[in-house]
Amino acid sequence: MTTTRRRTATRAAGLLSALAISAGMLLGTLPAHADEPSGTAAATTEAPKVDLVLDVSGSMRATDIEGRSRISVAQQSIGEVIDALPAETEFGIRTLGATYPGNDKAEGCKDTRQLYPVGKTNKVEAKTAVATLRPTGWTPIGLALRGAAQDLGNGPTTRRVVLITDGEDSCAPPDPCEVARELASQGINLVVDTLGLAHDDKTRQQLLCIANATGGTYTDVRTKEQLTDKVKQLVNRAGETYRVTPAKVAGADACPNAPVLRPGVYSDREKFSEHRVYRVPVKAGEELRASVSVTPDRAVARDYGVLLLATDTRGQELVRGTDAGSGRTDVASTGLRWSAPAADEDATPSPSGNGTAGSAGSADKVVCLVVSNSFAAQAGVQAEPGLPVELTVDVAKASPSPDGPAMGLGRGWILLLVLTLAGLLAGLVFGWVARWRIAVWREN
Amino acid sequence: MRAPMMRSLTMRSPLVRAAAVLPFGLGALLAAAPAAAAASPSPALSGSAGTAPVTTAGTTFLTATPLPAGRTAAVSASTGDYLYWAFAASEGQTDTVHVTVTLPPSADRHGAQTWSVEVFDGLRRRQSCTAGPQNAAADTGTASVSMSCALRQIRSWAEPWSGDPLPGTYYVRLSVADVPQQDLGLAAQVKLQVSAKGGADNAQPEGGELKAPLVPPVNAGSTAAPDATAAAPSAKPSAPASASAAPGTVEVAAPAEPESHWYSGLFSGWNTRWYWTVAGGALAALAGVWGYTLTRHPRGRRPAGPAPVPPQAPAPQHPQYRS
Repeated sequence: MTTTRRRTATRAAGLLSALAISAGMLLGTLPAHADEPSGTAAATTEAPKVDLVLDVSGSMRATDIEGRSRISVAQQSIGEVIDALPAETEFGIRTLGATYPGNDKAEGCKDTRQLYPVGKTNKVEAKTAVATLRPTGWTPIGLALRGAAQDLGNGPTTRRVVLITDGEDSCAPPDPCEVARELASQGINLVVDTLGLAHDDKTRQQLLCIANATGGTYTDVRTKEQLTDKVKQLVNRAGETYRVTPAKVAGADACPNAPVLRPGVYSDREKFSEHRVYRVPVKAGEELRASVSVTPDRAVARDYGVLLLATDTRGQELVRGTDAGSGRTDVASTGLRWSAPAADEDATPSPSGNGTAGSAGSADKVVCLVVSNSFAAQAGVQAEPGLPVELTVDVAKASPSPDGPAMGLGRGWILLLVLTLAGLLAGLVFGWVARWRIAVWREN
Repeated sequence: MRAPMMRSLTMRSPLVRAAAVLPFGLGALLAAAPAAAAASPSPALSGSAGTAPVTTAGTTFLTATPLPAGRTAAVSASTGDYLYWAFAASEGQTDTVHVTVTLPPSADRHGAQTWSVEVFDGLRRRQSCTAGPQNAAADTGTASVSMSCALRQIRSWAEPWSGDPLPGTYYVRLSVADVPQQDLGLAAQVKLQVSAKGGADNAQPEGGELKAPLVPPVNAGSTAAPDATAAAPSAKPSAPASASAAPGTVEVAAPAEPESHWYSGLFSGWNTRWYWTVAGGALAALAGVWGYTLTRHPRGRRPAGPAPVPPQAPAPQHPQYRS
């Protein structure tokens, strides 16, 4: 009898230990977490730069903003904005039409000058300079924008021009909208936000065009509070986003001579119906992530589309991202993901002789990204320079397809029932076997 | 150790012990589980205590203002602006964007306008809304419009070729889709809120994992030498997937990283399957013990009666055994 007891006890202990072991094995085979690379952005030392361009032409005398003259409202608002300037922001003021009171258009249309240079602002000085302005002359907006671009200088960060005006440009050429587009295409990261004090269609059209061409905003000013708040908002926006500047790149028309991109953000220009090609090397076990945005910065037809196509070096399509739409939009964007085959899969075809991608690192695949758009210009819209394109390229660890639900763990009442029945069955079998063995032992 | 223990034990004790130990072990396991589950933060639930609303909005994908979970945005905008916010979504979540726009005074407006809210994922791919009026039209008499967009549930993994929603950054774009040109630029007030429900336990497919969330890079790129295509260091660790906020750098809305523990490498996390499986194991053990006892004779009768005869045992053995 003692032996029987011992055996039973051993079995019960064995059952427990088996459970423990299987639990341990479960834990041991769980997948490891991917560790994230922690990146640091390139530190730029530049301060946010804002240049305020104020129209001081004769029409600013009109008293139509809450019963006050446009210039006094503008002056008071600018004073409040200067008071609330963030410490790090470099702020400057340029005027147009402030000095020449005569009727000579040629002279009047050169009338723009830097009132206060872009830099660390002495608030008292700046406010005094603004307060002494008197509405005088013409409205050379195009020239003033060029001047503002010069005031702001060139650098790696985004500069912002805040244009406050009440009238359409009376001095074209240069057409201010074309000047804006030209400045934007020079790659100096200039954004022009426009604020209109008058509400006529021509002024609105022109200011919208300037804002649209540079990625800025247009505001129709109705009250002093609105003007003050908006300019403050724009100055703060400059401080928050000025470091976001994509790298300029020029895509090629075919894959073999396309620029090779590392992860990051790029900007380019693409004409209507043009294709731009870039190359991205992707290692085995990595995943390519790319997105593209095409901005219609001029009048375009109602329907539009954008296509981002990933091909291999032989032109074989890998994956495509596409988007289309119609109506008002600031951007048409799409993106794609593509995983390079795993290393072991890739190793087998490369010795067999189709190693066109590269000789040194056969594990690297080169993916060609083809960016195309189906924007169409409205009649009379110039095609040069191309539409702004923003391209984002990232290479991350590939995510293989999951093995199955939660490491083999189960869930639900059926599972409980099955396990319980299995346990019961196992218990019965063990019991019967034990009884049979007792019987055999007793027999002998 | 074993021999004395066995000697001292009664027949019944192994079973009793097994039955007694199991609940303790089970209890310990279950007690450990919620603690570990609580340690992994869910961004959907963490920031529900609302603080001051965000008062800015970006104007491009790159400059989109990050919107922390549970925070609202209240922004004064101009009609015609394209406003961008970015929020982070993690697997299993179902996010809904609610927007209310207070329109400019009716006296200044010239015609009907249509507002539209759109959601894009980290790769700037348009995401479908499963519910909610995504567009709202207002005639000149209307004072405000409301829109909402419920996204699909964020999946834990999807094939690279698919457009399924994945953990990472999501962009909200609010724009005026249709408006008379005279009405552009008028002041409007925008209120936006992103709510999330659901957690990682609901994520499909189970066991799926996206190695790196779809958080786009925001730093300027650099081109490699054209000849160096094959040897180019393609995935340099310059990828700013996790935005460590150096002063002045761009903030990225990235889902919170799960906390890493000593067991992170071995064990991917607790979920309800653990409770079910452990409970199933316990039930199976109990049922096993019960089944085992069923096959034995009631204890008292064994030495006495002839009952404990195993079916296999032939009847004539008994007299032999007793004698």
